[in-house]
Amino acid sequence: MTVAGGTLSRRPVPTARGGAVQSVRDSLVVARRNLIRMRRIPEVVVFGLVQPIMFVVLFSYVFGGSIAVGGSTDPSLYREFLMAGIFAQTVTFATAGAGAGIADDMHKGLIDRFRSLPMARGAVLTGRTLADLVQTALTLVVLAIVAVVVGWRVHDGVPRALGGFALLLLLGYAFSWIGALIGLSVRTPEAATSGGLIWLFPLTFISNAFVPADNMPTVLRTIAEWNPFSATVQAARELFGNLPPGYPVPAAWPMQHPVWASLIWSVVIIAIFRGLAVRKYRSATA
Amino acid sequence: MPGAIYAEGLVKTFGDVRALDGVDLDVPEGTVLGLLGPNGAGKTTAVRVLTTLIRPDRGRAVVAGLDVLKKPNEVRHAIGLSGQFAAVDEYLTGRENLEMVGRLYQLGKRDAKARSVELLERFHLADAADRPAKTYSGGMRRRLDLAAALVVSPPVMFMDEPTTGLDPRNRQQLWEVIQELVAGGTTLLLTTQYLEEADHLAHDICVIDHGRVIARGTSDQLKARTGGERVELVVHERAHITPALEVIRAFGKGEPTVEEHTRKVTVPVSGGARLLAEVIRELDAHGIEIDDIALRRPTLDDVFISLTGHAAEAADDVGSGEPGPADAMKQEAVKQEVVKREAET
Repeated sequence: MTVAGGTLSRRPVPTARGGAVQSVRDSLVVARRNLIRMRRIPEVVVFGLVQPIMFVVLFSYVFGGSIAVGGSTDPSLYREFLMAGIFAQTVTFATAGAGAGIADDMHKGLIDRFRSLPMARGAVLTGRTLADLVQTALTLVVLAIVAVVVGWRVHDGVPRALGGFALLLLLGYAFSWIGALIGLSVRTPEAATSGGLIWLFPLTFISNAFVPADNMPTVLRTIAEWNPFSATVQAARELFGNLPPGYPVPAAWPMQHPVWASLIWSVVIIAIFRGLAVRKYRSATA
Repeated sequence: MPGAIYAEGLVKTFGDVRALDGVDLDVPEGTVLGLLGPNGAGKTTAVRVLTTLIRPDRGRAVVAGLDVLKKPNEVRHAIGLSGQFAAVDEYLTGRENLEMVGRLYQLGKRDAKARSVELLERFHLADAADRPAKTYSGGMRRRLDLAAALVVSPPVMFMDEPTTGLDPRNRQQLWEVIQELVAGGTTLLLTTQYLEEADHLAHDICVIDHGRVIARGTSDQLKARTGGERVELVVHERAHITPALEVIRAFGKGEPTVEEHTRKVTVPVSGGARLLAEVIRELDAHGIEIDDIALRRPTLDDVFISLTGHAAEAADDVGSGEPGPADAMKQEAVKQEVVKREAET
């Protein structure tokens, strides 16, 4: 073998570096890597779709008709009500993907390699969360089609509906930063997957996602109304025009101003968890 | 002037484990330092400090003239790290892996592409360039990992147990690569638990145990510390042991020792190969038939045992120097143990 550094043509010269430009560039390089991975492991994307589709079908046909929304148990009303909840739950499941991916990178020594390279500090995590965002967007498209098939419609026009999807994606992006922190904190991808999921169940169920919160005990109702997750569900419902007629909007501030509440919550989550995750990354080693 | 890799008083503790307990290193430009020690001796921790992955609790380190603690990012431009577990993305192809690393070393797109082509060629991976690394053999992954560390031809390289778990053929290949690199002027710090490897590749050797450097010098210097050469012979028949002893005593510097069941006689000598010829002639003159005779110099195994009082590897592996699957498993277990310990802190 002839491989000595000395026999290679020349020492390539790095381009200009530093600052925000490098940050963006490095993040995109890592995002691209993660998107290639997703393409090569399509099972992950497919399985990521099965659960929400199952939820759409099961909730629509099993619970629809027994859950009263806006004083009516008309199953078609519940189906419309439900969709924003399932969309929101689906985007938060991106947490588990980000966590497992980053834990896997740690486990395999890739984080060590990245950390020994002269790259922007946050780029490995930003790249991962951006790739997850793309995956979440694809999942939402498929899910929306399934939802239309079972009878879901938007009633306030496409621009407002797109606004609703934008808020959902932002929530998903915020949650993938929580996943990133979990992935850096546990030792195995398996732990990151379960650690990324278990707390999502109470979070998404103690909310207005599947049933109106007004029938819950007071404590749970208060939690549900202030739950960051509920704000996005409520906002999406409003923007899709899916609030059933006569549905009483709770008096809590986030429920009265769900779009703002959703934006604020997502931005705050990103700010906090991005900070914590990047800090953790700087000292992370396999 | 300090060398291309220089460390002074490095201390790093994980809980109550002192992984590094005052380590000094100095590697002159263009040379290879072999950091030799058993599992858990602190080798990997030393590499991680020098490659900016962890901060030491105390001490100072300079790599390629740059302070590791004050200018970590500049240091990262000047180093290549090839780890114990081939750190490549298994779902990316060899080419994609190298291009990604090139881009993250801040090369332009074109440079990164050109460089990957070149490295794939040189590392005999061109045929597999567009296959996911998942499909590569262990040896190919190591080569890809090493290629990734060489994307910018860094002047200083760190290799953490580069041949652990490789079969002898792949190990030999990797050794050749390393020798060429060094011939090209690269400074290399290499950790290994294979004494044979350090003996073969390193100009200087640091023996490290429990986070401390317990000996340093060239391989020959270290061996000289353990004592000189000896003649070992195996006689054909047990009855010949006594006459052989009579003959050999005259050549020895000390008292010969006998191992009855293997019919082996050993005596410390000085005088090298010429002496060996005389011993053979004399044995022949006395009609003593021998199965085997050899002049033995101390191995680094002997050095290690005499320095630390224990073998470099678990007892069943002493002296074999051959990495096997059992070693890799053992190492994995130890690594996980260390990880657990680190996690608890």
